[in-house]
Amino acid sequence: MRTEFRLSGSGGQGLLLAGIVLAEAAILEGKNAVQTQSYGPEARGGASKAEVVVSEDDIDYPKATDPDFLLALTGEAYHTYGKAMGKGLVIVDSSVGESAEVTARTVRVPILATAAEELGKKVVANIVALGVLGRVSGVVDLPTLESAVKNRVPKGTEDLNLKALRRGWEIAAAAAS
Amino acid sequence: MPKTVKLMQGNEACTVGALAAGLEFYAGYPITPSTEIAELCAEELPKVGGSFIQMEDEIASAAAIIGASLTGRKSMTATSGPGFSLMQELLGYASLCEVPVVFVNVQRVGPSTGMPTSPAQGDVMQARWGTHGDHPVIVLSPGNVKECFELTVRAFNLSERYRVPAIVLMDEVIGHMREKVELPDASELVIENRPAPKSRVGYKPYEAAADGGVPPMAPFGEGYRWHVTGLFHDETGFPSNKPEVADRLMRRLAAKIDRNEAAIRDYVTESLDDCEIAVLSFGSSAMSALSAVRKARAAGVKAGMIRLRTIWPFPDEAIRELSSRVKAIVVPEMNLGQVALEVERASRCTARVARVSKVNGELFRPEEILAAIMEAAK
Repeated sequence: MRTEFRLSGSGGQGLLLAGIVLAEAAILEGKNAVQTQSYGPEARGGASKAEVVVSEDDIDYPKATDPDFLLALTGEAYHTYGKAMGKGLVIVDSSVGESAEVTARTVRVPILATAAEELGKKVVANIVALGVLGRVSGVVDLPTLESAVKNRVPKGTEDLNLKALRRGWEIAAAAAS
Repeated sequence: MPKTVKLMQGNEACTVGALAAGLEFYAGYPITPSTEIAELCAEELPKVGGSFIQMEDEIASAAAIIGASLTGRKSMTATSGPGFSLMQELLGYASLCEVPVVFVNVQRVGPSTGMPTSPAQGDVMQARWGTHGDHPVIVLSPGNVKECFELTVRAFNLSERYRVPAIVLMDEVIGHMREKVELPDASELVIENRPAPKSRVGYKPYEAAADGGVPPMAPFGEGYRWHVTGLFHDETGFPSNKPEVADRLMRRLAAKIDRNEAAIRDYVTESLDDCEIAVLSFGSSAMSALSAVRKARAAGVKAGMIRLRTIWPFPDEAIRELSSRVKAIVVPEMNLGQVALEVERASRCTARVARVSKVNGELFRPEEILAAIMEAAK
């Protein structure tokens, strides 16, 4: 089965890294995974997007066509990509206002606030989001995500990022219930 | 045999391939979407005794890798369209002087600075004909991350074997995409080196070997004395304007590739044997195309796929044979029909050739190619 993720927000939020870690975790579990990104001036602050496709089978087309999961960390990303959502689930940060144009199933999760207020570092919002995505999608297990996070985050930040990942995993349960 | 399985980016796999092939010198001027190649070379080359230089521009970069190769070091540069345009003059120089060098062009939308940094495949003809004059060149096109490794190794091997510039023509999607790859162990790789002269006595740098037309190449710095020039030259390397010398040189240079097309030819197929509609593609477009071919099969249309891994020399014979037995050849590419032109030429109008072009900076969606297959099948 093919599972498609679209991670969106603004440049600098680390969504590309979150996508890379998600893809790596899937591979650690023996699945196939492809990660792509939109590449442009976004790296300097505009809308940013990373995509991950996970499958037990061979993956031919590498991009998301009808995402199973959309993560949106900004209002702009929510409006732009939320409108295009069909069958999938939208996971949007609690700080973003609702929009009548987004008709897909939506859950609101306090990702940015958890990072900034609870963990004291807004830069780990991407890893909090990764924990949320991992649990909601059921595509990868927490221990595998932990290994992938350790592989990919800057040296010296492992503990903080692992804490962020586990916190994301926990708040996902609250959001889903 | 132990294998390394990991999540790897196309540009990273290209660099790892270059190092496995024996890369010792990189000169470049970083440009997205190729920058990771320069970054990784800067990190890795010093560890193996090699050199990395960031040059003042792409012209100097091309000149530097030619100079390094003349001393016997396997050399490479990487760029994108705007930089590749600047490198064309030196590419011709390497071609005429028979200096093995590898150019990587990770294509983005052009002409000019275009759309930084969205994918395109508009440099296919430039890779073949961007420098002036008839000249031999080899152009390879990876279709996934693993092939970025494999075809970079092959580019070095072919470049060394035939003493020609070899171009690895990637695109933004292939260069930036990360996927699961299993790389071969170094001991499984075949690494080729340029033919070496036997003796300093009477060495003529451009005297062709009797069999293949590739002269042995002496490295500068080991006591051989020879002359390198972008002027037409005789067997000694010194300039000559004699018509018979010019004719002999031009025909020998072209024959290095023409006579060996079968050995350089490289493509992969799926469901091609019994197909009625063939889809011919390359690079990232071929990923969308393969998805479309599988969807068409599922819908009962006999579609098949041929993906070129060597674009130049163009596989004329294979296309001619294919066109004689299919109803149509659909050619999706992220340009206005550069490879389709070659398919039309090679097929000699025996099958209908349907161009499917996309030039807006986005990868094809499989449905767009599927629609073209269904239309051709009507």
